[in-house]
Amino acid sequence: MEAAAFYGFSVLSIAAAFFILFSRNLIYAAFALFLTFLGVAALYVLAGADFLGVAQIMIYVGGILVLLIFGIMLTHKPDKRDNATAHNKIEIPTKREIWGFLLGTGFFVFLGRIIFLSDFKMAGNSNNSKSTIKTIGVELMTSHLLPFEIAGILLLVALVGAAYLALNRNPAS
Amino acid sequence: MNMIPIQHYLLVGAALFSIGLAIAITKRHFIGILLGIELMLNAVNINLVAFSRHDPEKLSGQLFSLFVIVVAAAEVTVALGIILRVYGRFRTVDPDEVSELKK
Repeated sequence: MEAAAFYGFSVLSIAAAFFILFSRNLIYAAFALFLTFLGVAALYVLAGADFLGVAQIMIYVGGILVLLIFGIMLTHKPDKRDNATAHNKIEIPTKREIWGFLLGTGFFVFLGRIIFLSDFKMAGNSNNSKSTIKTIGVELMTSHLLPFEIAGILLLVALVGAAYLALNRNPAS
Repeated sequence: MNMIPIQHYLLVGAALFSIGLAIAITKRHFIGILLGIELMLNAVNINLVAFSRHDPEKLSGQLFSLFVIVVAAAEVTVALGIILRVYGRFRTVDPDEVSELKK
């Protein structure tokens, strides 16, 4: 049962990722990224990380993906022809396709070779039956307090910077 | 409870990372490149979570991937602000056509 769920969600996320790669329409690619994020969240849950799965759904699907779709729509060149399939097209030259294919497959073969050659000795016992929220909370407030505060400051700086960048400054004036 | 071997998690992560790399190379659109980068960050997080399964006392991998998610959220907001400014100035979303700092 667990294996079936694992392979099903793996195939779902990889197929959606391939759809992003081959799709010519950026809006469709963004919605396929939604499927990929959901598959990855399910993989987190199957690996025993329940809090991270929920955080993945809330942050990626609820925040980042909405922002990306906003970005696609705001940088969209209006096409006067009344053809629904012509919007948000991106042309890809063949040279880039060849380089992307070569680098992608080469990197995958390289990583796969490393994974198959390595011999992992797992030391700890893997008891993933209890919830991880308590452990994450205790660790964040004790031994990982400095990264936690730095992450908060980073988010504040990103918020201020993004708001300043997105101000409507008219270059004509 | 049968455990899925960790190599399968790593292979899924490797496949997603390679596809994200190919997307970031081939797409001629700023937001397409961002989609590829997000996919690569997710693939790395799968590896961290899969190794963290064998560390239930400290959960270092899950904490690390939590910080990766935070940094990804900050990165995508700043990147979208920059993309909107570049689009407002150059009227294009093709990174090849934006080749000068001052216009």
